[in-house]
Amino acid sequence: MSGTGIGAAVRRKEDQRFITGKGHYTDDINRPGQAFAYFIRSPHAHATIKSIDAKAASAMPGVVAVLTGAELATDKIGNLICGWMIHSKDGSPMKMAAHPALASGKACHVGDPIAVVIAETLPQARDAAEKVKVDYAALPAVADPAAAQKSGAPQIHDIAPNNTIYQWHLGDAKAVDAAFKSAKHVTKLDIVNNRLVPNAIEPRAAIGDYDSGAGTFTLWNTTQNPHVARLVIAAFVGMAPEHKLRVIAPDVGGGFGSKIFIYPEEVVALWASRRVGRPVKWVAERSEAFLADAHGRDHVTHAEMAFDADGKITGLRAKTVANLGAYMSTFSSSVPTYLYATLLSGQYEIPHIYCEVDAVYTNTVPVDAYRGAGRPEATFVVERLVEVGAREMGQDPAELRRKNFIKNFPHQTPVIMTYDAGDYNASLKKAMELADYKSFAKRKRESARHGKLRGIGLSTYIEACGIAPSQAVGSLGCGVGLWESAEVRVNPTGSVEILTGTHAHGQGHETTFAQVVSERLGIPIENVLVVHGDTDKVQFGMGTYGSRSGAVGMSALVKALDKVEAKAKKVAAHLLEAAEGDIEFKDGKFSVAGTDKSAAWGDVSLNAYIAHKFSGAELEPGLKEGAFYDPTNFTFPAGCHICEVEVDTETGNTEIVAWTAVDDFGVVVNPMIVEGQVHGGIAQGVGQALCEGAIYDKDGQLVTGSFMDYAMPRANHLPTLTVDTTMTKCPSNPLGIKGCGEAGAIAAPAAVINAITDAIGTENLAMPATPATVWAALQKTGMPRAA
Amino acid sequence: MAASDTAPVSMTVNGKPISANVDPRTLLVQLLRENLRLTGTHVGCDTSQCGACVVHVNGKAIKSCTVLALQLEGADVLTIEGLAPADGPLHPMQEAFRENHGLQCGYCTPGMIMTAVDMVRRKGNELDDRTIREELEGNICRCTGYHNIVKAIAAGARAMRGSGATSKAAE
Repeated sequence: MSGTGIGAAVRRKEDQRFITGKGHYTDDINRPGQAFAYFIRSPHAHATIKSIDAKAASAMPGVVAVLTGAELATDKIGNLICGWMIHSKDGSPMKMAAHPALASGKACHVGDPIAVVIAETLPQARDAAEKVKVDYAALPAVADPAAAQKSGAPQIHDIAPNNTIYQWHLGDAKAVDAAFKSAKHVTKLDIVNNRLVPNAIEPRAAIGDYDSGAGTFTLWNTTQNPHVARLVIAAFVGMAPEHKLRVIAPDVGGGFGSKIFIYPEEVVALWASRRVGRPVKWVAERSEAFLADAHGRDHVTHAEMAFDADGKITGLRAKTVANLGAYMSTFSSSVPTYLYATLLSGQYEIPHIYCEVDAVYTNTVPVDAYRGAGRPEATFVVERLVEVGAREMGQDPAELRRKNFIKNFPHQTPVIMTYDAGDYNASLKKAMELADYKSFAKRKRESARHGKLRGIGLSTYIEACGIAPSQAVGSLGCGVGLWESAEVRVNPTGSVEILTGTHAHGQGHETTFAQVVSERLGIPIENVLVVHGDTDKVQFGMGTYGSRSGAVGMSALVKALDKVEAKAKKVAAHLLEAAEGDIEFKDGKFSVAGTDKSAAWGDVSLNAYIAHKFSGAELEPGLKEGAFYDPTNFTFPAGCHICEVEVDTETGNTEIVAWTAVDDFGVVVNPMIVEGQVHGGIAQGVGQALCEGAIYDKDGQLVTGSFMDYAMPRANHLPTLTVDTTMTKCPSNPLGIKGCGEAGAIAAPAAVINAITDAIGTENLAMPATPATVWAALQKTGMPRAA
Repeated sequence: MAASDTAPVSMTVNGKPISANVDPRTLLVQLLRENLRLTGTHVGCDTSQCGACVVHVNGKAIKSCTVLALQLEGADVLTIEGLAPADGPLHPMQEAFRENHGLQCGYCTPGMIMTAVDMVRRKGNELDDRTIREELEGNICRCTGYHNIVKAIAAGARAMRGSGATSKAAE
């Protein structure tokens, strides 16, 4: 294939509009006659709403309506739901509390929406919101997940005694206990996986537009999965029948998980539009996003790893308390369970694993999937245990990993997953070479001469992505199937539109999906248009998250292309007056085997539509095919990241001086885009490790509520990154793709913390490892002030 | 908005004179996006931290969320839409961002490019890694890990040498 097929570093088709300021994000869209929504949010973490007086606000200039939970209930608008059922150890279902789009009777976190002002202009809505008098009776609050289940803790929802949503477990507790009894060495760690705010740079936004003549709704929304949004808003919230609700996700400025979920604001925009009879637009302010977008992580874990005399891992056990916040967000229940405990085997042959997870309500913003979703948490547990175990036993951390790697595939772990392919030693070896691991001691001495402590940290991670086989996730409680769809529409002139149910919000699908078509049909990518993000155009799809667009979405595309090729061969047979079985298709040309007769792609596409060469009885005109692809397994990208740091003992400041990533993503469609995904993932993982952390005070106030006090990674937090790959083909999908979107965020935190702890000589270091945290840890070690 | 609540302002935007009557609290970014429908300039925060709204005023980069429209009477404003001529070639910095995959979701990109062009004006055409990273203190990207943005700016800065491209609107 030419330079635009699979494996080519094609420059992105979508870039032209973004670099010229011609993108179409939701906030760039305006509807004739639109009004603006401004939400009144609870200033209390936990409070009874005694009354809401909107009289003065309603009389303010430009105010169209002030709506509250009472009107929402009158209009019988349903609650938001969590779509993944988890059962506790005792068989009882998770305790899902009611989650109305506007709080009803009680506010459960700072930022909980209480009422909405609709006005002619946004400043008018904001001014009027200040006149809405809400009489709150503050209640005691709990924000710390470790405190939520204690007796005497404030009770948030009646349905969930002790704020406990579920008490879940996975694995064989007895076998694990036996493994620990006979262990030669046991490593124990207490880990807090810090709470993060996703912070896509485009804030969430929604425009609801009700057409009373047709009885139809349109929602422009910053979503990663427009069809899932439509399904939930139709079937559960009950806003409109599914066929009368169109959801459009135009250009979306980053998601990282936070734009998967169905949020109150988009429901209110639709509902308010019907109420006031005109389009209603809402755009989050950044400080509002901190209080309204689902947060990520927030686990408190005790974990132990058992080793035998040879340093072989014989068992792992973990007990985790997962904070799900004040309400159960759309997929929140799955993150600390099936997306977490199933990855606790890492890259290692571990015979016995047992994990218990208690999910709790707290008076904080709901917590749900954020880049990696459960897998970064699992990787951090495993990779810290292995690293610390090696240090405690006096073994080389790389060697201990190598000794325990899974080497034969398929491999059944004790926690559900069947790894289909991989070569963990290959990525470790290549990463160690690229990082010049063997010369580290020399570099450490060099740093010491400059008064700096140098450390090196590995993270040999695995993830399960390509989410996911529908039957498998259904058996685990998921309320939907996680297949993907694609449609290929060939035009008479030979150009092609492909419609995919995945959604790009930075991943470059308009280029990579076109590359797959270019490779297959032999046409230039300029002749391929990728259509996504509109439920009126794409029939159905499950959206983009869990590194699924390549492995699942492109597999659906390949299936549809198979059908297109088969149909095109029939057309070509009629055109070339040959038997269908003699038609060969290669590089965009149909030819008759053993002859010099051939037809170009464009001839065949034209003939498919003019239909002059075949009768309708023989063949249907047209060239358009669709396919649904359901994966047969998860995919298992894996690799090795090596982080090298210098710590300033005077200030506690950590500088990442080198980063090497070697990942096995299977077949890569566009290496430039894949590298970009790795870079971005690493930055988010480094952010978690070094600077990011959502902090609530004891009253449940979010202390880190803006970019002034929540430290986003900036360019000077990161070094130049060395990124490379190894390749074992994924046997579970037609292109051999594993997925790359989350790897960096999964691998990075453990690599950073392993490196810093190596440098400072103590394992007792919490994330984010800010200069103050590192400095305090250094003081406890009795470290000399300068090396 | 009643007429008495507004005030007139005139300036040049992307080479064209414009006039508007605005609520006095209107920020430059709101004037650009809402009155002029120049939606390439983005709003990513409310604390002047993210840099998605960077434009040039009288040749210098500023965050358009930190200045009132009324403060800019008579000013010369350049936005991402005016960086290259409508039907002409891209500005070398725009081209460098594409060539080096210096963008993913594209939301921070206009601010990054406008910042980068200003960086070249102040620091010259040979920009080392450390300089670029320090200069990007006021621009946040959540997608790229900055690696390719840094590459793009270094390459764009070099390409601007001799191209005649400056921060001034293309003619």
